[in-house]
Amino acid sequence: MPTDEILSVSHVSKSFGELDVLKDMSLSVSRGEVVSVIGPSGSGKSTLLRVVNQLERAESGLISVCGRVLCQNDDKGHAVYADKETLKSIRLSIGLVFQSFHLFPHYSILKNITEAPVLVLKKSREEAEDTAHELLKKLGLSEKESAFPYQLSGGQQQRAAIARTLAMNPQMIFFDEPTSALDPELTGEVLKVIRSLADEHMTMVVVTHEMAFAGELSDRIIFMDQGVIIEEGAPEAVFSSDHERTRQFLQHYSK
Amino acid sequence: MNFNVSLVAMDYSSMVSFLLEGTVKAVELFFLTIVLSLPLGLLVARLRLSKIMVVQIPIKLYLLIMRGTPLILQLMFFMFFPPLVLGIPVDRFTVAVFSFTVNYAAYFAEIYRGGIESIPVGQQEAAYVLGLSPLQTFMRITLPQVVKRIIPTIANESMTLVKDTALASVIGVTELFRNAESMKATYFSVVPIAVAGLFYLIMNSVVAAFYSRVEKKLNYYKG
Repeated sequence: MPTDEILSVSHVSKSFGELDVLKDMSLSVSRGEVVSVIGPSGSGKSTLLRVVNQLERAESGLISVCGRVLCQNDDKGHAVYADKETLKSIRLSIGLVFQSFHLFPHYSILKNITEAPVLVLKKSREEAEDTAHELLKKLGLSEKESAFPYQLSGGQQQRAAIARTLAMNPQMIFFDEPTSALDPELTGEVLKVIRSLADEHMTMVVVTHEMAFAGELSDRIIFMDQGVIIEEGAPEAVFSSDHERTRQFLQHYSK
Repeated sequence: MNFNVSLVAMDYSSMVSFLLEGTVKAVELFFLTIVLSLPLGLLVARLRLSKIMVVQIPIKLYLLIMRGTPLILQLMFFMFFPPLVLGIPVDRFTVAVFSFTVNYAAYFAEIYRGGIESIPVGQQEAAYVLGLSPLQTFMRITLPQVVKRIIPTIANESMTLVKDTALASVIGVTELFRNAESMKATYFSVVPIAVAGLFYLIMNSVVAAFYSRVEKKLNYYKG
């Protein structure tokens, strides 16, 4: 295993009833890499993130994060998960930013950001608030500290959600269609934040429909369809691919 | 019975003080029931949401019986079953508190459950990804949002409870309604009943005002 490998997904399968959402999926992400996952709805992109984040369970396959095994097959080929403590520490090493933010509506923006560091990382409230102040400043939300989520625009809410994720100091961040719930004029401010994280060499896996953004930002693009990776490679290679399904999919975005 | 004129003539101050005694009893019954049934209902709701069948089935049966039979009948059952069948003596007021608590906990449980299920699953997922434990998630993320959503319904039930305390009269608890009834018999007058009605109305205006304050307090956020 190369030392800079931060995520390894190998031969992972997941189905919902009859529907195979991930079919023998394999994927590896290196430290500092930005990977965009594109593909039509229902292709399994989100499920891939959710399986690694333990919001869904894989049926078979091996997943390891920072060299720690999340799950691996027993001799019957069924995925067996690690113990609770390991699962939690792996979970904490990966941040997840949701399509619809999922900020806690009853907490101020500041408390949204400090709650988990205080409760989970056992930081003092002062320390957690210091970190939160810094993050909010960096993301241009200093004035919104004491506001409640409903008082913010979608773009501001998503930036606050990114701040909440960053406050946990994760090794890598997953973005599940971070701009899909936003008005077009608000996507820019969120993409800018993601871009600045890329500049800081944050490891990121971004499920997105923003092709231009994916092309400009990513080290690698993965095109998924019906639970399998059709193609992966440098943005130029994928965007100029001869593969029929890739081309069909990308046609929708070239207009 | 020997009625003399001075007894039959309405003595308003003693009537009112007798009714106030009943009111105090009703208020006690109300508070004890609320204080006990709100947490019990939450516990029942959690068990009802359990995926374990051995837990879920008896809870469903309990909810069905409590909500499916008259409260007045439940009061009689708990009053007479222990002494007559099991030979255990019971106290009227204790039986009333117990019956009201187990009955109202059933309704509250279903209100909580509706509230819990109305919270978007994304809230739990966000908490989970951030590493919060299931208990932390429930107590800090889910429950506060549930409380805000169910306050109007809880207010409704609480006002019903104020009026339902009158049912305790059937097992001889000397609460407001029973006292009003005995005054009615004493004075051959429906005035005590009307006054009791006024007292129930006053109690419920306090209850309504309390909940509307709570509702306002929780209005600091939307969603």
